Amino acid sequence: MNSVFGAAARSVRALTALSRLTQPGGGAACSRLLCSAEGQKSLEEMVKKDKVVVFMKGTPAQPMCGFSNAVVQILRMHGVDNYAAYNVLDDQDLRQGVKTFSNWPTIPQVFFNGEFVGGCDILLQMHQSGDLVEELEKLGIRSALLDAEKEQ
Amino acid sequence: MAVTADLIREKLISELAAVHVEVEDTSPNRCAASFKVLIVSPQFEGKPLLQRHRLVNTCLANELKEIHAFEQKTLTPEQWEKQKQQ
Repeated sequence: MNSVFGAAARSVRALTALSRLTQPGGGAACSRLLCSAEGQKSLEEMVKKDKVVVFMKGTPAQPMCGFSNAVVQILRMHGVDNYAAYNVLDDQDLRQGVKTFSNWPTIPQVFFNGEFVGGCDILLQMHQSGDLVEELEKLGIRSALLDAEKEQ
Repeated sequence: MAVTADLIREKLISELAAVHVEVEDTSPNRCAASFKVLIVSPQFEGKPLLQRHRLVNTCLANELKEIHAFEQKTLTPEQWEKQKQQ
């Protein structure tokens, strides 16, 4: 009987901790979370969970920064809509944590298959050079621009 | 010391052996101190984009902490010549 209560108590505590995470300004415990070793590990999981992961300001539907918007537009042009987008404006710990994780000072940050690709400048240059189509292909994503060319 | 275009330019020239640097203060277009730079350096030779940008980021690590936004274009002298001809 005790073990059941123990397990229940533990899951309640875990859920509470989780909800504290998602609340704005969630307290001293949270601010160490994403910069700690465990925090960096959860970032690692976040970037590996989906093929294309973007840390940005705002959301794909409503970007809150010109550079983040540029990334969203470029991905849209290539027909990539199924990506994970994390809004760093919602979470200051995420905002700092991801910069530590990728050792990159700015947002937005793009990851392909768990690997850091770069920010807006790099994505734009890859798009202009044709490299982006190739990289997407390696992910098993067919760029919409390839079909657009065929129609012409 | 406040980050200025000149400070950025000097650092890039002295630490990255940049042969050509253009620094544009884009702050008026954005909400806080922002810069756009073009750097031409032989040190970029043979390096993929990400590595080049990381080189610049390391060089300007302290400055980047102070400013809000930063855009960069990194070219080798050869790429720069080609671009000028276009």
